[in-house]
Amino acid sequence: MAIPIAYNLRNLVVRKTTTVMTAIGIGLTVAVLVADLALVEGLKTAFKATGHPLQLVVMRKGSNAEMSSTVTREAFQTLKAEPRLAVNEAREPLASPEILTVINLPSVDSPAGMNLTVRAMSQVGVEMRGAKIQPGGRWFQSGQREIVVGKSVVKRYPNAQPGKRLRFGRGEWEVVGVFDAGDSAFNGEIWGELNQIGADYNRQDTFSSVLVRAGDEATLQALANSLNDDQRLGVTVMREREYYEQQTASGAPLQFFGLLVAVIMAVGSSFAAMNTMYAAVARRAKEIGTLRVLGFSRGSILLSFLIESLLLALIGGVIGCLLALPINGVTTGVGNFATFSEVAFDFRVSPSTMLAGIIFALVVGAIGGLFPASNAARKEILTALREI
Amino acid sequence: MNVINYLPLITKNSFRNRRRSVLTIGSLMVSLCLLVLLMAMYKVLFYGAEQTPAQAVRIMMRHKVSLANPLPLSYEGKIQQVRGVKSVSVRQWFGGTYRDARDRRNFFARFGVRPAELFKAYPEYVIPEEQKQAFERERTGCVASKPLAEKFGWKPGERITLVGDFFPTTLELKLVGVFEEPNKFEALFFNWDYLRDGLKAAGAPDLDFTSQYLVLADSPDDVPLVTKAIDDMFDNSPYPTKTESEQAFVLSFVGFLGNLKLFLLAIGGAVTFTILLVSANTLSMSVRERIREVGVLKTLGFTPGTIFGILLGEGAMIAIVGGVLGCALAQGFCVMLRNAPIPIQQIRAMNVTPLIASISLLIALLVGLISATVPAAGAARRPILDSLRHTG
Repeated sequence: MAIPIAYNLRNLVVRKTTTVMTAIGIGLTVAVLVADLALVEGLKTAFKATGHPLQLVVMRKGSNAEMSSTVTREAFQTLKAEPRLAVNEAREPLASPEILTVINLPSVDSPAGMNLTVRAMSQVGVEMRGAKIQPGGRWFQSGQREIVVGKSVVKRYPNAQPGKRLRFGRGEWEVVGVFDAGDSAFNGEIWGELNQIGADYNRQDTFSSVLVRAGDEATLQALANSLNDDQRLGVTVMREREYYEQQTASGAPLQFFGLLVAVIMAVGSSFAAMNTMYAAVARRAKEIGTLRVLGFSRGSILLSFLIESLLLALIGGVIGCLLALPINGVTTGVGNFATFSEVAFDFRVSPSTMLAGIIFALVVGAIGGLFPASNAARKEILTALREI
Repeated sequence: MNVINYLPLITKNSFRNRRRSVLTIGSLMVSLCLLVLLMAMYKVLFYGAEQTPAQAVRIMMRHKVSLANPLPLSYEGKIQQVRGVKSVSVRQWFGGTYRDARDRRNFFARFGVRPAELFKAYPEYVIPEEQKQAFERERTGCVASKPLAEKFGWKPGERITLVGDFFPTTLELKLVGVFEEPNKFEALFFNWDYLRDGLKAAGAPDLDFTSQYLVLADSPDDVPLVTKAIDDMFDNSPYPTKTESEQAFVLSFVGFLGNLKLFLLAIGGAVTFTILLVSANTLSMSVRERIREVGVLKTLGFTPGTIFGILLGEGAMIAIVGGVLGCALAQGFCVMLRNAPIPIQQIRAMNVTPLIASISLLIALLVGLISATVPAAGAARRPILDSLRHTG
C-alpha cells in the first residue's frame, strides 16, 4: 500500500524554509536550462518560418551559401524564361535576382559594430516573401537611394531607424520604412533596390542568387531536377525552407555552452536536494518506524520519500520556468556563418521548453532523493523508533 | 573572543555530520568551480589572454565591413610606408569546397599566402626545413597544420582538390609539408600566386585584391599607433579598413557567437545565488539540530557572542573548503581545455589566476558568513531554558 501524497506535501510545508531554499536552488538551474532552450527554440522558429514551401534558392554550383555564390545575368535570363515558373497577378514570372552584401553597424549588444545582411532585390522579391510594410513607412522606390529595415533590426540597431541615413556602398541610403516578415529570419535584414545597390557594388551583371517559385510540388521537383542537371547554367538549387533550416546550426556554440552550464549546476543542485532529503529522513526516523509498525512496506517508504523529493524538485521546476518566462520575446542575435552576419530572433519559452525544464528538475529530484529514500527504507523498525 | 582558540571546536562541528558536510562541500565545490571558470572565461575573452612576443606584433587588417569584402592590392605599398610597420603580407581567404560541402567536417580555413613570408610571421609554426623549402619552390604546393593533416590522415604528397565557389577556379594542390600549430588551428596555406595563375587560365580578371593583410609591427608598442595610422589613412577611401591586433581580431569572432558578456554575467549571478541558498540551507539545518547543544554550551558559560562567532566560523569553514576544492577542480578543467579541439584560442588559454582564485575564495567566505548569520543569530539569542527544552 502506498503512503498518501498528502503526507509528503504536508512535510514540505512544515519545513517551508528548507523547502523554499532547495526549490529555488533547483529553480535557478532549471531557469538557465530553459533560457538556453528558449534561445535555440527561437532560432529554430525564425529559420523554420523562413521560406516558402514552393520556392527554390538558385546558387552557383558548389555554393551552399548565398554569400559565396554568383549567378550571372545570362543565367538569370534563362531562368526567367523557364515556363514552369509561377507568375504573379501582373503575369510576371516569380523569379527574383538578388545581391547579398554585409554592412557593419553598431548594435545595442556590440557598440563596436555587428554585421548585418543587406539584400538587394526587385519588387518581385518582396512579393515572394509576403513581407508587409509597417504603418507610417513605405517600400523603397526604384531609382532612389532608399532602403527598408526589418522589424528586428529597428529594435537592435540605433542607427537603422526610419528617417535616418546609413552609409554604405558609395554613399548614403535613406531608411523609408520598417517591414514585417512574420516570424522569419528576414526581419534581421535590410532590403534595398537591386539596380541601385548593384551599381554601388559593381555587381550589375553578377547576382548572388535567384529565388524562384513553382506553381505546385510536382512542378517544383521537376524544375529543381532540370536546373540541377543543366550544365550550361552551372547552378545548384535548394529548397528555400531547407536552405534556411540548415542555418539553425549557427546557435550551436551558445547552445552547447548553456547546456554545459546547466548540467554542472544540476550536479550542485542534486547534492543540495540530497542534503535536504537526508535531513528529512533523519528528522523523521521515528515516523518511519511508526509507518513500518503500521504495516507500510519498505517499498512504500522508499516510494514515499522519492515522491517527496520529486515534489520538491517539481516546485523548483515551476519556479525555474517562472524565472525564465520574462525572457520570452526578448530579441537577441547570433552570428550566422552562412552569411557572415547577425541573425536576429526572439527567445521563445514554449510549452515544450518548459516541459523539458520540469523533466530536468525531476531528474535532479530523483537523483537527489534516491539515496536518502533507500536509506529511509533500510531502517530497522526498532532502531528507528528508538531514535530521537 | 579569540577565534584561534575555538578553531578545533569549529572544525569538529563542521564535520560532525560527515555526509552532510561532504554533500554541501560537493555542491559548493561544483558551483564555485563553475563560477571560477566563468570568471576565467570572462577574463580571457574580454581582457585578453597572454600573448607570445611573435603574436604581440601581428596585426590583422581587413575591410571595415567584413572579411567577405576585399581590399585592393594597391594598399600594400601604402601600408609599407607607415611608421612602425616591419612587413606586409597578403592573406587571401579561399572558400570553395573540399570533397563534399554538406559534411561540416570538410570545412577548414584555406588561405592563399606568399610562402616565403608565412613562416617568418608565424615563428610558432614549426616545420622541417626541407618541407618549408618545398613549399617555397613548388607552385602547387600547400602546407597544412598538424591537427588538420591528422584529421584527414594526410601525408606529404597527398593531392588535395579545392573547388572554388567565389573564385571560378579549381585548385589542384599537393601537400608538401605539415607544420606544428600550438593553437590546434585547422588551416591549409597554399601559394597565392597559384590562385592568380588559375584565375588567369579561367579567363577571369587578375587578382587585384586580397581579403586580408597581415602586418607585422616593429615592436608591440607600435601596434596601437600602426593600427590607427592605417585606418585613418583609408578612412575616406572606397575601401575603409579595420586594423586590429591579432588578438582583437580573433576576439571579434567571439562577439559573433552572441552576447556572451551578458550570458556570462547572468549565469555567474545565478550560480552565486545558488551557492548562497545551498550554504544557508545546510547551516540552518545544522543549527536547528543543535539547539539543545547550544543550550548546554551556554550553561557551560559560553556567551551569545562566542556562540555566534563559532557558528559563523563553521559557515566560513565549509564554504572555504568548498571554494578551495572548486578552484582546484576549475584548474583541472583548464588544463584539460588546453588540449581540447576548440577553435577559439583564448578559451584554451583559460587559467585560474591568483586574482580569480582570491576573488572566488572571497565570494565563498562571504557566502559562508552571510548564510550563517541568520541561523547563528537565532541560536545565540535563544534563552537557555528554551534551548534545553527543545526537541527534534
